[in-house]
Amino acid sequence: MQLSTKHLLGIKDLSSEDISLILTTASQFKEVLQRPVKKVPSLRDITIVNLFYENSTRTRFSFELAEKRLSADAINFSSSASSVSKGETLLDTVNNILSMKVDMVVMRHSASGAPHFLAKHIPAAIVNAGDGINEHPTQALLDAFSIQEKIGSLEGKKVLLIGDIMHSRVALSNIYLLKKMGAEVMVAGPPTLIPTYLEQALQVKVEYNLKKALQWCDVANVLRIQLERQNQVLFSSLREYNLAYGVTKKLLDSLQKEIVIMHPGPINRGVEIDSDVADSSQSIILQQVENGVAVRMAVLYLLAGKKAE
Amino acid sequence: MKTILDKRQLHLTILRLAHQLLENHQNLDEVVFIGLQPRGVQISKRIVDTVRSLCLGQNIQYGILDITFYRDDVRKELHIANTTDIPFSIEGKAVILIDDVLYTGRTIRAALDALQDFGRPKKIELCVLVDRRFNRELPIQPDYCGKSIDTAYSQKVKVEWEREEVILY
Repeated sequence: MQLSTKHLLGIKDLSSEDISLILTTASQFKEVLQRPVKKVPSLRDITIVNLFYENSTRTRFSFELAEKRLSADAINFSSSASSVSKGETLLDTVNNILSMKVDMVVMRHSASGAPHFLAKHIPAAIVNAGDGINEHPTQALLDAFSIQEKIGSLEGKKVLLIGDIMHSRVALSNIYLLKKMGAEVMVAGPPTLIPTYLEQALQVKVEYNLKKALQWCDVANVLRIQLERQNQVLFSSLREYNLAYGVTKKLLDSLQKEIVIMHPGPINRGVEIDSDVADSSQSIILQQVENGVAVRMAVLYLLAGKKAE
Repeated sequence: MKTILDKRQLHLTILRLAHQLLENHQNLDEVVFIGLQPRGVQISKRIVDTVRSLCLGQNIQYGILDITFYRDDVRKELHIANTTDIPFSIEGKAVILIDDVLYTGRTIRAALDALQDFGRPKKIELCVLVDRRFNRELPIQPDYCGKSIDTAYSQKVKVEWEREEVILY
């Protein structure tokens, strides 16, 4: 058994078998991370470059740790401290790095489709660590892993994505993944932040009333407002956004059930989610981060093995 | 196809291995049993159950180890990992590694590496049901052996747990 794809460009390209395989392998790696020595020699002879053309804390650290715990050699690249500032193109940069015998590329880029472009031109396996407003596949995988760990199989579970659906690659990857694994998906947020075609195109429910949406779901994944990607005014103020769509303790207490709260980070406390919710026992935000390493180990391991074909 | 051990012989062999293990280890508090995934799980369960029935009331520590991530052939072939479950410390303990068939020795090599990541055992011993003694690719020998056989590389040895037989194909 192995993955059906050579790269991990997006959840869109994966089958449900691929997703199950990654999640099962991730649970084995999670056990490895509980051992006294949290490291295995699996990718001893593999070199991986982390190409981050966009800022990141969690994802970059998480990939780097995953690589180190698999014994791969990891090199880091950030566009600000490189020849990109001298005008080198993406393809030139990557080809130069690959000529130094690098086997895999983990890439984050602000342009949607950048890793897909790269996949057409270079032989190395590519893992998309977030491309513009398109996909962030490893985040969706770790979200799915965390949901499974907390409440069991995704099949039939009701998952709500709240907030900036329009600019969120986390939302798109989550929608693809949850649908493929048989979960029900609803999105909630201000109409200006939800693409109009979403309901028909991806068969997700759309709800503009946050309380109704929360009442419906088992799990609520609260997304960050992506101010850096919004080039026009889509809501009047963060304060107003918080009043209408912020997840507050009061709102959760008014529901007749306890739902699981998730957030891909970084959190804007007091905007999309209040501190007492983010830090409550309902929240699995830090477990998501912990699981991120195991999930990324699984992805890298399975792709490195695939390469041998 | 040839039967190496039939049901009765298999039963006797497991009983003998359990007795040999007890003979060499007086203090079972200092011993941990670890079966290797995937095919060493059944045989290790049987041996540990037999040891338990021979020393009722004693606490026997038993875990299972998957060595997939320690293999030396990731680039050649992708293996899918199984569960590892070692819910105790192996630090300073005598570890009895149990597998069904000892063949090239590469799995045991990987298992020795893997065990180091769980702590520093006092010693590690190897117990196998079948030893294909002339097919070794590494200098590894069993300490306890159910049955030693001579085989060609082209042959296969399989423990059929439904019929409780060991067959050479």
